[in-house]
Amino acid sequence: MSSPEARLKLLHISKRYPSVVANDDISLSVMPGEIHAILGENGAGKSTLMKIIYGAVKADSGEMLWDGRQVNVSNPAQARRLGIGMVFQHFSLFETLSVVENIALVLDEAFDLAALAVRVKEVSERYGLPLDPHRLVHSLSVGERQRVEIVRCLLQDPKLLILDEPTSVLTPQAVQKLFETLRRLASEGVSILYISHKLHEIQSLCDSATIMRGGKVTGTAIPRDETPASLARMMIGRELPVCVAPPYHGPVHPVLQVERLSLASDDPFGTSLKDISLTVNAGEIVGIAGISGNGQAELLAALSGETTVDREAVWLAGEAVGHLDAGRRRDRGLVFVPEERLGRGAVPALSLARNALLTGHRQGMKRWGLVAFDKAQAFAEQCIARFDVRCGGPGAAARSLSGGNLQKFIVGREIMLAPKLMIVAQPTWGVDVGASAFLRQTLLDLSRSGVAILVISEELEELFEISDRIAVLAAGRLSAPQARELADAESVGLQMAGLFTDTDAEVSHAPA
Amino acid sequence: MHLLEPRAQPSQLMRWTAPLIAIAATLLVGSVLFWALGKSPLDSFHVFFVEPLTTGYGWSELLIKACPLILIAQGLAIGFKARIYNIGAEGQLIVGALFGGGIGIAYGETGAAWVLPAMVVAGAIGGALWGAIPALLKTRFNAEETLTTLMLTYVASHLLSYMMHGPWRDPEGMNFPQSILFDDAALFGLLVEGFRINSSLWIVIFAVLAFWLFNARSFLAYRLEVGGLAPAAARYAGFPAKQTVWFSLVISGLTAGLAGVGEVAGPVGQLNLNISPGYGFAAIIVAYLGRLHPLGIVLAGTLMALIYLGGEAAQLSLQMPAAITGIFQGMLLFFLLGADAFIDNRLRRRAR
Ligand SMILES: Nc1ncnc2c1ncn2[C@@H]1O[C@H](COP(=O)(O)OP(=O)(O)O)[C@@H](O)[C@H]1O
Ligand SMILES: [Mg+2]
Repeated sequence: MSSPEARLKLLHISKRYPSVVANDDISLSVMPGEIHAILGENGAGKSTLMKIIYGAVKADSGEMLWDGRQVNVSNPAQARRLGIGMVFQHFSLFETLSVVENIALVLDEAFDLAALAVRVKEVSERYGLPLDPHRLVHSLSVGERQRVEIVRCLLQDPKLLILDEPTSVLTPQAVQKLFETLRRLASEGVSILYISHKLHEIQSLCDSATIMRGGKVTGTAIPRDETPASLARMMIGRELPVCVAPPYHGPVHPVLQVERLSLASDDPFGTSLKDISLTVNAGEIVGIAGISGNGQAELLAALSGETTVDREAVWLAGEAVGHLDAGRRRDRGLVFVPEERLGRGAVPALSLARNALLTGHRQGMKRWGLVAFDKAQAFAEQCIARFDVRCGGPGAAARSLSGGNLQKFIVGREIMLAPKLMIVAQPTWGVDVGASAFLRQTLLDLSRSGVAILVISEELEELFEISDRIAVLAAGRLSAPQARELADAESVGLQMAGLFTDTDAEVSHAPA
Repeated sequence: MHLLEPRAQPSQLMRWTAPLIAIAATLLVGSVLFWALGKSPLDSFHVFFVEPLTTGYGWSELLIKACPLILIAQGLAIGFKARIYNIGAEGQLIVGALFGGGIGIAYGETGAAWVLPAMVVAGAIGGALWGAIPALLKTRFNAEETLTTLMLTYVASHLLSYMMHGPWRDPEGMNFPQSILFDDAALFGLLVEGFRINSSLWIVIFAVLAFWLFNARSFLAYRLEVGGLAPAAARYAGFPAKQTVWFSLVISGLTAGLAGVGEVAGPVGQLNLNISPGYGFAAIIVAYLGRLHPLGIVLAGTLMALIYLGGEAAQLSLQMPAAITGIFQGMLLFFLLGADAFIDNRLRRRAR
């Protein structure tokens, strides 16, 4: 053969859903050992295309060539036999089973659990993805769960690995680890299809990129030769808006006060909170940087009321609320966006209208204990329109939305509740660049209307863009917040890694 | 080996088709059973499912049996949706019958008009109390309600047996373990002379409508549904989990208690050891067969009542054993669970 043959070639793939054309005449090709990025806004059709390749969704028309041969992949088992592995955007692990049992579940051949555990350990170590095969999945962090998914693909010696937004929930360190693994796989000849909204990641990792918008291919690029701005422009079809943080002129008073909050985690792999104090004032955004697993989940639960604590440990607008549950704190003006959207922030099987009811029922959606479903519907419609949620309408089930769109819906729903205090975990996980900018600006505007906002995020850039003050949560301890102008990314980064300087907690004072 | 893998999007259409598949499979296997017993399947089915409905009396009996099943299943379905599994409705029925029957024994002879309403209220309270015990045990000590509700059923039947052998035994009853026959004031009035169907039917109709409205429109029902579908989302929204447990168990106990009164103040007419032919257990099947939907439950309850009737007819005219009713109920549940398993999961295709 004269020229090397493409590992995968897609020709004129189309897929129509009742309400949208998800893929419209898509063609692309991936060479052996190539890391190929798919770029596009939330709802551009990236996941649908990947599921078609993996046989999880059937295309309406078009052809797929595998090593030059035309193939018809009608189910994932067949795709796996060809050598295609996929890590989904939403994980599909059983929480009550161990890592190795979860992996065994998707293997197509007969297995022996003990031998498999050894293999899992071997493969995970070879690719720098350490995993304890016998840990139960519910005790794993998001990053570790993803490792399970990746390792279970690697066990089948894939020739093409598809990763759908693998890093939207990973820590920066975990991302570096993952990239090493992927580069190593590529050097062994594995082709990789890689979806991410983080443009700098794409630039450092990928050899080529296909850009999609509204279900169509709008261009191809060599990411290294582009800038994040030019890539963003190709994705959203216009310049990326820049966030502006206007000064706040309203009255300043504390809305959230946390006073010497200590909390032992009841999860054996959790982090206990140690003596946390924090104030968030009306009109400001306080950012908490830190890597998940350092007490983030515990702090969020204690603030939202999902875990109740000592009465006087949490104050909301001057009232001690530590002992109140989430519902009663919401009655007092708190809203919350959790990091898990499906299953916590939204009920997967229910429609968006019914998910609006989840926290929106205080907005006059019920009377005499009966629900006015038309109001919930109208609320959902408004949220969809205002936050540009791409979906099949208020009747669409939450789980049918792509991750970023569901995030927009949940953030939008909480903002529309007219809060006094908003707590947001990872506001833009999995949200595309255009929508991220929009969400950040919305948070800024909301704070300037007098709302106190607390943002917990792993993305430093994001925190520096929107926060007025920044603190770091590491190993269950919170550093004193610093004004953004005084904080520098490097020292915050060091603190995130847990290297507190001795004086840090006492000396630095937070200007109001 | 794991042969099933979960489906991403279980079909809603299939969920409603599953009961029909289960019924068809039950009939199929049932006919093999009849054939193996040396009876003509067609004739047997005629005796089982058609003959009972050829007379007005048969229809009346059908309603009498369907009423308690439908009533209990309505209450159970509320909890099942919230994943609170009360499988002790039989015990709650007995305690409801004891509470209501106690009033009937004590005050029936006064002939006062308040006796029957008081029995109904007492029965509801009795059943609700018996449901409240597992609720307390679960919210306080985290005790599995599947075990406690079932175990309390045995406590209830011993309680009934004690009362029937002791304090409440009919002094002129030749030492049979049964109470006096209730006075008219302690009985539901007959709707049609000559038939046993009585005015407790109105309670059931009212209950079906109330549960339908509750399910379709109430915020509480929504909360319970969220608690069942995604417990973390319920915690996130601040829906109190303990309240869900209390409500589910108390409401299902209450309906079972009502059904108990319906039996002792209706067709049974006294307290004795056979006030229920397992309605509390059969109602579990009815709830799932009716897809936990108030109107679906009405259809399912009617079918289950027909199986009871057919079972009796089969004993009489085909000389079949009494176990035939249980066999049909069991097959129905088995095939329904089987169908559901394939709606939520798919068979894994072997590689190679
Ligand atoms: N199962 C489905 N049913 C109906 N619409 C769907 C389904 N899956 C995806 N869509 C729609 O198809 C479009 C593309 O979705 P998706 O491929 O998930 O986008 P991306 O991954 O690029 O964010 C969206 O508008 C989405 O709402
Ligand atoms: Mg996607």
